[in-house]
Amino acid sequence: MTPADVVVAPPVTLSVLLPVLIVLGAGALVLLLDLLPPRDSKAHLGGVALAGVLGGLLATVIHWGTDARAFRDMIRLDDYALFFNVVICYATALIVMLSMDYLGRSGVESGEYYGLVLFSTAGMMLMAAAGDLIVVFLALELMSLSLYVLAGLFQSRLTSGEASMKYFLLGAFATAFLLYGVALIYGATGSTNFDRIAAAAAAQGRNPLLLVGLALLLVGFGFKISSVPFHMWAPDVYEGAPTSVTALIATGSKAAAFAALIRVLVVALRGAEADWSALLWGIAALTMTVGNVVALAQSNLKRMLAYSSIAHVGYMLMGLVAGGAPGAGAVLFYLLAYTFTTIGAFGVLTLSARAGEEAVDVGDYAGLARRHPLLAATLAAFLLSLVGIPPLAGFVAKFYLFGSAVRAGYVWLTVIAVLNSAVAAYYYLRVIVYMYMREPDGEELAVVPSFAGGLALSIALVGIVLLGFAPAPFADLAQAAVAPLLR
Amino acid sequence: MSVGLLTVVTFLPALGAVALALVPRQQAAMHRRAGLGITLLTLLVSLPVWTRFDGSSADFQFEEVHRWLPTLGVSFHVGVDGISMLLVLLTTFLTPIALASAWHSIEDRVKEFVITLLLLETGMLGVFVSLDLFLFFVFWEAMLIPMYLIIGVWGGGNRIYAAVKFVLYTMVGSALMLVAILALYYQHGAATGTFTFDLPILARWVLPPGLAQNLMFLAFALAFAIKVPLFPFHTWLPDAHVEAPTAGSVILAGVLLKMGTYGFLRFCLPLFPDASFLFAPAIGVLAIIGIVYGALVSTVQPDLKKLVAYSSVSHLGFVMLGIFSLNEQGLVGGVIQMINHGLSTGALFLMVGMIYERRHTRLIAEFGGLWKVIPAFSVLFLVVVLSSLGLPGLNGFVGEFLVLVGAFQVSPWRTAIATTGIIFAAVYLLWMYQRVIFGEVTHEENRRLTDLSPREWALLAPVLLFIVWIGVYPAAFTGKTEATISALLAQVGSKASVALAK
Repeated sequence: MTPADVVVAPPVTLSVLLPVLIVLGAGALVLLLDLLPPRDSKAHLGGVALAGVLGGLLATVIHWGTDARAFRDMIRLDDYALFFNVVICYATALIVMLSMDYLGRSGVESGEYYGLVLFSTAGMMLMAAAGDLIVVFLALELMSLSLYVLAGLFQSRLTSGEASMKYFLLGAFATAFLLYGVALIYGATGSTNFDRIAAAAAAQGRNPLLLVGLALLLVGFGFKISSVPFHMWAPDVYEGAPTSVTALIATGSKAAAFAALIRVLVVALRGAEADWSALLWGIAALTMTVGNVVALAQSNLKRMLAYSSIAHVGYMLMGLVAGGAPGAGAVLFYLLAYTFTTIGAFGVLTLSARAGEEAVDVGDYAGLARRHPLLAATLAAFLLSLVGIPPLAGFVAKFYLFGSAVRAGYVWLTVIAVLNSAVAAYYYLRVIVYMYMREPDGEELAVVPSFAGGLALSIALVGIVLLGFAPAPFADLAQAAVAPLLR
Repeated sequence: MSVGLLTVVTFLPALGAVALALVPRQQAAMHRRAGLGITLLTLLVSLPVWTRFDGSSADFQFEEVHRWLPTLGVSFHVGVDGISMLLVLLTTFLTPIALASAWHSIEDRVKEFVITLLLLETGMLGVFVSLDLFLFFVFWEAMLIPMYLIIGVWGGGNRIYAAVKFVLYTMVGSALMLVAILALYYQHGAATGTFTFDLPILARWVLPPGLAQNLMFLAFALAFAIKVPLFPFHTWLPDAHVEAPTAGSVILAGVLLKMGTYGFLRFCLPLFPDASFLFAPAIGVLAIIGIVYGALVSTVQPDLKKLVAYSSVSHLGFVMLGIFSLNEQGLVGGVIQMINHGLSTGALFLMVGMIYERRHTRLIAEFGGLWKVIPAFSVLFLVVVLSSLGLPGLNGFVGEFLVLVGAFQVSPWRTAIATTGIIFAAVYLLWMYQRVIFGEVTHEENRRLTDLSPREWALLAPVLLFIVWIGVYPAAFTGKTEATISALLAQVGSKASVALAK
């Protein structure tokens, strides 16, 4: 037997996977406990899920500063992965807290919900830690399949079923593109490992096969982050899915997709930077413009937030175009700010109801400031952060991002972006117009009291204020997190 | 960390707002009184900025620098010179008056109104004291939202349209300014190795003339021109003024518009001297168009508030004409005219608000013969009108005269056209005064009008005091700003010539 035929089992270092394993374990535990009494209430399962996510967060925090690799470099637990773990775990924790009363009220509280949320969270965390295209694919599937099911949770609602179906079909289609891209890259370089792809690509110069693979990869990721022209699914899915799931799709899954995308581009395909950077320039400009312009016409808040999240993806892609540590670091900081803000905005929606239905139309919020001044002010703060009004998180995040683009010489792209921000102000402020300057017609909005939900909103609010006033430590963390990529 | 005077002045209203947020909304009277107390306290605390200001020095005074975001080169750097000192005082002076003007006219959501106004005051003061581009931009943008709410929540019938228009106009302008700020930051950083948003450091550096400087100038200028508003960017102003409640109009005319002209002085001139010289003739022409256009449109307005709003376009044209004469008389005149406009137009809005509260209409045709019914009001209104049209002996004359002297040195012909603006001002203001105050009482409702209440006397008396004081003895005010302006002109001139010599 020649040495090549000997299969050497790679050393199994499970400690590298500790944060992911904790979350996965909690997911399995939730499913088990679901079978035990009490059968009528599932609120305690939310508590278990929350504990699992916080455990994952804790395991992440204690690992900070390590740069470990395992399973033949397929998994990398570096500060980059850990930063995303923090973002994703925060997102999931807040969403679990928001879900507790929301699901009970909607009559769909179940153990599977929390289990699936945790599994998809584990998938997201794994995406951030992937060092190999195969792991990216597996993690993506783990995340996506859970989300497809979650989107269809409201079985009695047609829109929820439509959302699930649409998300699944288009998602599967996009995954196929991604997989084909992976295959072509493997064909061009002989490896699926990021470092070895980079080395092989550097050795062979410009390779058309690699570029086609890159393009297909961008299609797949473009779907997951919902960049134009792969964004069509987002509004329908955001509208149809339960609001808590929408929040998870808009934040956690987007963060995870960005995590993998940035690592693939910056580490594996760094040789083709000129190519993907030019491509992303166009996609970024298109994404922010289409997202903002179409958002202007939305009166359904979930759809509006869907288009607004598309626009924010456009901004974030600018950071990738700008490149280097400042660009990537700015994207990470932006994701952090965006996650807090978006979950906050969706969170307010989960607490509001009108005539027994979810309150999702902008008209439902007319006059909210008069009867629920605190909730109105909270939603207004999240919206203003999305606009980018100082001194809230959204402003500082935009400042870092636009700064990185100007620094790299992309002044015109930045001009497009700032003009887009001004356009965006219109539709965000429209909600404030309704809340503060109009009176309701018909039944008034009912705000559902929820301790866990209120706590989650408070955390998100503190987050956007803190990130706005004292962004320096978080920005430094984001910069430290991208350092391992650029070595 | 030691906290200096300017920080206290700037954040005192915001602290008051936070404290008031904890008081239950049912106690509306308490909110009003506490709000007035806080703004008066702010005025009191800000007085040393005036009394202890050394007018012979052109340096920034009461300077404070605190670390904020060191990795970015952002610091909490505040200070005032002869220009911003006057504007800080104008702000702390007008805010309590604005708040008191709303004593009876705003009954709905008093708590929110007082808090919003206090936050607005902090935002405005922050704009005037910031010496760091990042800090400035933060205050500049943050201040938008309280004003948006004041117009949109407590305004007139078409308030939502006006509020949204106001915000969108301003945001589009400031968006491009943000790009220019970033571009300047990186250009300076690449050239000198120091990445900083610190204004004095950036202003000492000579930015090479050329396309980049011109574009940056235009980006800043657009943001400021919308705020001024310079013709043709003025269309948001009549809407905002007409729909805003009286308190909002007073603040808008008195302080917010000054942010635009102040921005030109503080940022455009020292940072982009070559571009300033290059574009000065064009801006001068726009200013003159604004002067004449604003005056002509004012003449035909049937609504008192709209008339005053368009007169602002005309008056601010004079300020811009003075600044972009780029000589000492013009600049001093421009600065004094900024203060004058704040006082005169603020007082005009107050008085229009007072008769609106009595009659619930602002149409000129609804009035007439008020002299017989409310003589005290009529006399004070006359003084304010005369001050606004630039009668010698009152404040308006000083500013306009200096502006015209400055502009004359640049172009006698253009100055001649601008002077017609003064004549038109006399036409539209006196004609309006005649129709409202003189003649017979044409509407029976007007016979029952009550004259000024003690509260209204208290509102107007301090403004009138300054109207006369500046008119009679302007040196008390110009004296504190002349050193700053000569230094600014010297800096602009030397930087432009250094760039030319290269």
